Amino acid sequence: MECFIGIDLGSTTTKAVALDSQGRMLGRGITNSRSNYDVAAQVARQEALTNVRFEMLSRALRAEGRFADAAEGLEAWLLAGYRHECFLGALTRLEDHCRRDLENPRFDSDRYTMNDALERIFKGIRADAAAAYTPGAASRSDFFRDLAGASFTAHAAEVSRQGGPAFDRLVGLFDRNIIPVENETETRSFQHLLMAGYRRAPDDLRQDDDALSRLLETAATAPLTEVRTVGTGYGRVRLPFPKECIRSEILCHGLGAHLMFPATRTVLDIGGQDTKAIQVDENGVVTSFQMNDRCAAGCGRYLGYIADEMNIGLHELGPLAMGARRRVKINSTCTVFAGAEFRDRLAAGQAREDIVAGLHRAIILRAMSLLARSGGIRNEFTFTGGVARNPAAVKALREVAEENYGGLTLNIAPDSIYTGAVGAATFALRDVVGAATTQEAA
Amino acid sequence: MTAQAIKDQSQERQKQMLSDYFDSLAHAKENGRKVVYTFVPGNLTELIANFDLLPVLPEINALQNGMRGRTGDFIHAAEKSGHSEDVCTYVKADIGMLKAGNMGPTGQPLPKPDMLLLSYTGCFTFLKWFELLRKEYADCPVVMLHVPYQGDGHVTPQMRKYVADQIRDKVIPALEKLSGRKFDPDKLKRDLKRSSVAEDDLVWVLESARHKPSPIDAYFGGVYYIGPIFTAFRGTQDAVDYYQLLRSEIEERIRLGLGPVTPEGNLGEEKYRIVTEGPPNWTSFREFWRMFYSEGAVVVASTYTKVGGLYDRGFRHDPANPIETLADYCMGCYTNLSLPERINLIESYMNEYQADGLLINSVKSCNSFSAGQLLILREIEKRTGKPGGFIESDLVDPRYFSAANIKNRLESYFQMIEARRGRA
Repeated sequence: MECFIGIDLGSTTTKAVALDSQGRMLGRGITNSRSNYDVAAQVARQEALTNVRFEMLSRALRAEGRFADAAEGLEAWLLAGYRHECFLGALTRLEDHCRRDLENPRFDSDRYTMNDALERIFKGIRADAAAAYTPGAASRSDFFRDLAGASFTAHAAEVSRQGGPAFDRLVGLFDRNIIPVENETETRSFQHLLMAGYRRAPDDLRQDDDALSRLLETAATAPLTEVRTVGTGYGRVRLPFPKECIRSEILCHGLGAHLMFPATRTVLDIGGQDTKAIQVDENGVVTSFQMNDRCAAGCGRYLGYIADEMNIGLHELGPLAMGARRRVKINSTCTVFAGAEFRDRLAAGQAREDIVAGLHRAIILRAMSLLARSGGIRNEFTFTGGVARNPAAVKALREVAEENYGGLTLNIAPDSIYTGAVGAATFALRDVVGAATTQEAA
Repeated sequence: MTAQAIKDQSQERQKQMLSDYFDSLAHAKENGRKVVYTFVPGNLTELIANFDLLPVLPEINALQNGMRGRTGDFIHAAEKSGHSEDVCTYVKADIGMLKAGNMGPTGQPLPKPDMLLLSYTGCFTFLKWFELLRKEYADCPVVMLHVPYQGDGHVTPQMRKYVADQIRDKVIPALEKLSGRKFDPDKLKRDLKRSSVAEDDLVWVLESARHKPSPIDAYFGGVYYIGPIFTAFRGTQDAVDYYQLLRSEIEERIRLGLGPVTPEGNLGEEKYRIVTEGPPNWTSFREFWRMFYSEGAVVVASTYTKVGGLYDRGFRHDPANPIETLADYCMGCYTNLSLPERINLIESYMNEYQADGLLINSVKSCNSFSAGQLLILREIEKRTGKPGGFIESDLVDPRYFSAANIKNRLESYFQMIEARRGRA
């Protein structure tokens, strides 16, 4: 199958999308951008292509009469098994790095107890993973660093409590060794990982073992041609692509938003380190844009910083703010000052929920001034970027947009984080087949 | 920036002129010459020369220092002595330079002023700037020419008389007193004649950008082209010769079908024809320029190159009406135009130069430029249907040039032009 790939290299996450030659979404992948953009791009692309393979697999299963009924259950097991294999592979590499680290002379005094502790921690992580990678299990993150980190920390705390090495010493081991692991990519083939996953599926799903194995192997090895890749995003200059395969994220976001919601005229994107207000025409072509320039106040990082200050996860911030009962006015959109303002309000006796809701409103107000500069909000209005996944930010945006521009249709795609990558992939497709055939795509 | 920039003969010539000029300033006192500090907009260079006085232009010193990477420290020093972060960075660069011993951009000392001549009051900061200098040089006389704003979009006979009377009754007597010389009307006429000859050639050069491809960059190259005429050289034979040389070079470029010269040689394909509004950034000037030429973007017209007068709209120094022509000149600089007139001017540039878009560089320092720029952008987009772009930086404060962001914005802007072309 031919596919066209778009990669959006953001400051926080890297996203990849694969389209078929009709512009239909085949697969997508996301990874944390880490410190190595090349690897991030590679991983995201690999994830997207994996997704494509699963899409092909799904089509093959459903087309084959005798597997069609069980297809859904089987697909879920295959995907979970595949991810489980990938996780275990990375975990083994992490463990190897940790063990090698323990050969350092500074561990001369406690190498034995550290090794013993590692043994117990990794055993615990593997047990956690077996439970986490069953279909339907809730996952808090897609990223190895987050998943392994959470599990490692929990087991390290337990081991330490039971008289093992100091917790800090154990976590330090993780922090040092996760970095090389993140910069390595999976080397085993899709086929290998898929079949390993398949072998984990319950027996009742593997009724016609031979035929099913053959079908899986065929899908796993069917040729997949990457016709063209277009890169975008903040880190795009770091992409190992020729210049003509690199597009500005403004254009990609504008087009991506148009493809997701064809009536879009104004796009607001709040990402990790920049905020963009984009106006597009009826074809998704950008007609005007504004970005924060001299200062990054009011970007997604602002919320990340606040979450850090509060010692909670970024994804917990929005739900917390949704519990607000009063409106607290926060003046500062400076990321650093916001921390001080937060503590000051807490000291004054204001509720956490109310303050956090105020912080959300503050970044939305800042975005509004950018929107005004770009030409205001026109209907329909599409909100994208990582912050669009935050319910409190969406609520604040809805309120403030309505106060200023009256009733509007506010579009937020559940997969809006892929907006830029969808735009980039569509550019890749259009570069090859021309714009006309892809106008209605995605 | 280690690579040696590629320069035309005219640029070398200009460099020599500037070097001679700073040299003459450094030795002014020992040669018994007095100096007048004044600003570029509305400068009365021919009149100053009439009394054999030397002009010192503080903004030029600031921008020259900016290009040489010296202003960061100067600004820091000025802020340390109490100037707010919000004060124009030209002023702070000047004050900082003063505190550091008043060594000019070329490393030679600058002479103390014998007079502060404020001949353009449209910029409030100029007023405050000279108030600061007056404090530093307590015995230095100050002469202020009040220049009315073109609120209704044109210069009326009353406005002209108001300014001309001030030149006759206040400025000339003050210069006579300072220099001990009598005003020489015949010399003024001769100098103004030379000014107008050079101005003709300058206009020819600026308008050469109508060619496709344009043989010049009217912003990054343009700031060099306006150098002599906007500063100490107007009315001199040096300036006449410089503009003749420049014109002949551009004629040759047109004949050869060449695009503009950049610090890395001739520009290849001309992909975007841009009109710019606002001053350039000086501290990262070459980096900023590269962001344009590396994308094939050429500035075909700019408003910044009109801060010392709108010669391309027909103004010439007129030897037949020497005082009135100086009055007109003071009132005719770009920032003295009303907002609607600025919009009209940019619109005409967009059309006459067949530009693909308008790009605004909004500098933090300069309210004279920046106030109203978003309105200008919207209005030009509406009138021409061409896309506008907006970036932010500063004149000479290196802290306000965020290269990665500006590059990102510019690339996005050029690609937006490309995308919209594809649609048409």
